[in-house]
Amino acid sequence: MFGDYEAQRHWQEITFNLPIKQWYFNSSDNNLQYWGLDYPPLTAYHSLLCAYVAKFINPDWIALHTSRGYESQAHKLFMRTTVLIADLLIYIPAVVLYCCCLKEISTKKKVANALCILLYPGLILIDYGHFQYNSVSLGFALWGVLGVSCDWDLLGSLAFCLAINYKQMELYHSLPFFCFLLGKCFKKGLKGKGFVLLIKLACTVVASFILCWLPFCTEREQTLQVLRRLFPVDRGLFEDKVANIWCSFSIFLKIKDILPHHFQIIISFCFTFLSLLPACVKLTLQPSSKGFRFTLVSCALSFFLFSFQVHEKSILLVSLPVCLVLSEIPFMSTWFLLVSTFSMLPLLLKDELLMPLVVTTIAFFIACATSFSIFEKTSEEELQLKSFSLSVRKYLPCFTFLSRIIQYLFLISVITMVLLTLITVTLDPPQKLPDLFSVLVCFVSCLHFLFFLVYFNIIIMWDSKSGRNQKKIN
Amino acid sequence: MAALGIAMGGGNWFSALALGVTLLKCLLIPTYHSTDFEVHRNWLAITHSLPVSQWYYEATSEWTLDYPPFFAWFEYALSHVAKYFDQEMLNVRNLNYSSSRTLLFQRFSVIFTDALFVYAVHECCKCIDGKKAGKELTEKPKFILSVLLLWNFGLLIVDHIHFQYNGFLFGLMLLSIARLFQKRHMEGAFLFAVLLHFKHIYLYVAPAYGVYLLRSYCFTANKPDGSIRWNSFSFVRVISLGLIVFLVSALSLGPFLALNQLPQVLSRLFPFKRGLCHAYWAPNFWALYNALDKVLSIIGLELKLLDPNKIPKASMTSGLVQQFQHTVLPSVTPLATLICTLIAILPSVFCLWFKPQGPRGFLRCLILCALSSFLFGWHVHEKAILLAVLPMSLLSVGKAGDASIFLILTTTGHYSLFPLLFTAPELPTKILLMLLFTTYSISSLRTLFSVPSFKKIKEKKDGRDLVLLLPVSLPKQGGRARTSRELPGRCTAFPA
Repeated sequence: MFGDYEAQRHWQEITFNLPIKQWYFNSSDNNLQYWGLDYPPLTAYHSLLCAYVAKFINPDWIALHTSRGYESQAHKLFMRTTVLIADLLIYIPAVVLYCCCLKEISTKKKVANALCILLYPGLILIDYGHFQYNSVSLGFALWGVLGVSCDWDLLGSLAFCLAINYKQMELYHSLPFFCFLLGKCFKKGLKGKGFVLLIKLACTVVASFILCWLPFCTEREQTLQVLRRLFPVDRGLFEDKVANIWCSFSIFLKIKDILPHHFQIIISFCFTFLSLLPACVKLTLQPSSKGFRFTLVSCALSFFLFSFQVHEKSILLVSLPVCLVLSEIPFMSTWFLLVSTFSMLPLLLKDELLMPLVVTTIAFFIACATSFSIFEKTSEEELQLKSFSLSVRKYLPCFTFLSRIIQYLFLISVITMVLLTLITVTLDPPQKLPDLFSVLVCFVSCLHFLFFLVYFNIIIMWDSKSGRNQKKIN
Repeated sequence: MAALGIAMGGGNWFSALALGVTLLKCLLIPTYHSTDFEVHRNWLAITHSLPVSQWYYEATSEWTLDYPPFFAWFEYALSHVAKYFDQEMLNVRNLNYSSSRTLLFQRFSVIFTDALFVYAVHECCKCIDGKKAGKELTEKPKFILSVLLLWNFGLLIVDHIHFQYNGFLFGLMLLSIARLFQKRHMEGAFLFAVLLHFKHIYLYVAPAYGVYLLRSYCFTANKPDGSIRWNSFSFVRVISLGLIVFLVSALSLGPFLALNQLPQVLSRLFPFKRGLCHAYWAPNFWALYNALDKVLSIIGLELKLLDPNKIPKASMTSGLVQQFQHTVLPSVTPLATLICTLIAILPSVFCLWFKPQGPRGFLRCLILCALSSFLFGWHVHEKAILLAVLPMSLLSVGKAGDASIFLILTTTGHYSLFPLLFTAPELPTKILLMLLFTTYSISSLRTLFSVPSFKKIKEKKDGRDLVLLLPVSLPKQGGRARTSRELPGRCTAFPA
């Protein structure tokens, strides 16, 4: 398997055998073209830890140069076990603790909630099938969410800094964290406690960054090289097929070829920030735990749709916050999570994960459908769209069919996804358009994601009026 | 939308359990499979490509047909579906052929035929009364029994990883037991006769069936003290039972009798040349016997009591299937194992004849027959422990005493199946599944038999009786009471 599996094995080889100064640099021993390290230092330290264990079991696995492409049953078991251990230590406890802290829910529902989150097919398939360590960064981010929601701001921000230092894609979540904590400081009053909190947070963030980057802070060239590896701005607006706006738009208009490079960066920057600005401003002005979680969703989704060099696996960064709101809007969350798994279909088929995909998706769907009775919760109130539809009805009195429309849309969506899956699996694409099916999958998923972006933004923006009257959830 | 919601959330927990385990079985498709996979592929090829007269003579592959004719016909039926998956697997000469489509077909055939097992479990649940259960769904005996049977660890790894077709065979057995519980004796007898002609290992439990049907069905009434009433013997019933067995056997063995192949079929079905123990020792009495023999021979060699030249070279621990002689202890013949087995099942069969206790007594006798045959039988596979574990599950949700025996039996039985899966990738799977199943069985049975009856006693009696009852009831808190919870509350305070 010459993909992420070999990349991770190679990083263990590099971090174990070479001194730290050489990890991110091109050299005769470290060919950056062959799966060079392109995640922040914490990933490198994790690989080093795994390498020590590998050395203990069988040094051949990480021998410099000679272990390239090494594959044996024992080695596969070892690598898969490292993912499982990371999951057990970081992600799963975070999920369990999160579900325990949910308020106004019976124990049975908490357990069901935890089960549904853990059954999310996307994370299981990517981490255990494709092979990655997303559970570590998502787990740290979840600890961050937990800390910040429970008013342990310093610990929360420390955990989130660890998440960013593990995978730079977690920056998608950074704006909501920033706005929420800033909003809390404002609320406490910038002249007194708020200011103290702000300073403390700033110090925590700076300290944690310095701690992680310590070996690379000594020389300017080191830091710059790491940054260059983390943010490859030369690579272009998108690579391969991904369910985001630019890739879908390029079906009609090849913007990658038309627009100059720096202009592409600028417009993606602008679109991203314009789409997430309303939610972030609202969060700063009215910080609440519920608003925080929804803003996480919409921010991450904006970044996914409009940002630069997005990979299809980045949808997991949106799926995690959606899992967190599963108990509040079960129907829409389940729908989103199904679509997010479907959007990764081309990648999963390449890895021959069709059977696990089908089985885990069915299991997840049935678990959610029975735990939350999602098909009974499609009224406007349940979808948190009541205040929105009330406002619309002031101008359009006949706007009463919202929940019915959404139910039909769900049905059409599921049928489309199932059909597309069947077509992709059974038929061969026409000669002239070899990527037809992956492009179709991406396009359909992109339409879904736009719909969800609008939906989540509506919930955030129309939440204010009912938010003040309801008692605050945490 | 609402109708779908009701169907999903309405709580048909049994379908949810069945669907859940089916999804798990689908995930186990790409795991390691043993030579049994090739065995069944070979049988598909034999039954599809060759005429019936050749089935029990074909020996191109070392895995010759050694199950009774009904199983051969079953493989024949499967082969007609197999030809749409991959025609090549039906070629007798394609030894060890295992393309991805072959694997998919074979695995799906096991998953599909498990439907009979699911139906049988459903019927068994009807025979369990849940009057004393708690209100919680997960505490009801029916729920616990369904999980213990549908998600049975041993059946999962033997059928869906190691690869065999035990699911639907155990389905037939559980269904025949359920029919006997429901007093539909003829159907039960018919199902068991059919089962015998699918896989003759179920002969282990045939004495229980024979004695029970004769005593409790053919003698229609008992004397008031429970002993036999000879004049209630019903010839009609005996003859109808005999007719059923005869017709089923005729259907199965008839064609081969007509072709004069019966001796060959029987020699294939009962291969006594295979040796006392299988290549992997089943944890039975003869394993201990062999171990003792080995230890004694080593001691004998050390103390120079034995001549090294006289010790036969064929060793039991070589991992091969063959006949050999013991060195110190007397060698064991098939007849000796038969006698030991018969002696072991005698007490339970006697009880079934002289003191019949209805279907429950029959079930106990069945389990004891299975265990005795496992312990003393000739060439026993370790998978045969499932013959005792699965019926024991039915008893385990009835009485606390049975539950504790079940837990010991099932945990050790499942652990003894571990050597079947020796590959590295299966290691986490088998350990995790075993832990899950064992934890669930222990915790659910403990919850089921935790002592609400103690609380009931407290409510019914007044203070003085309470003081007297306390020292007697306290030891029973561990749930290991030997008395039945079916008796009214006051009886549980006193030991049986």
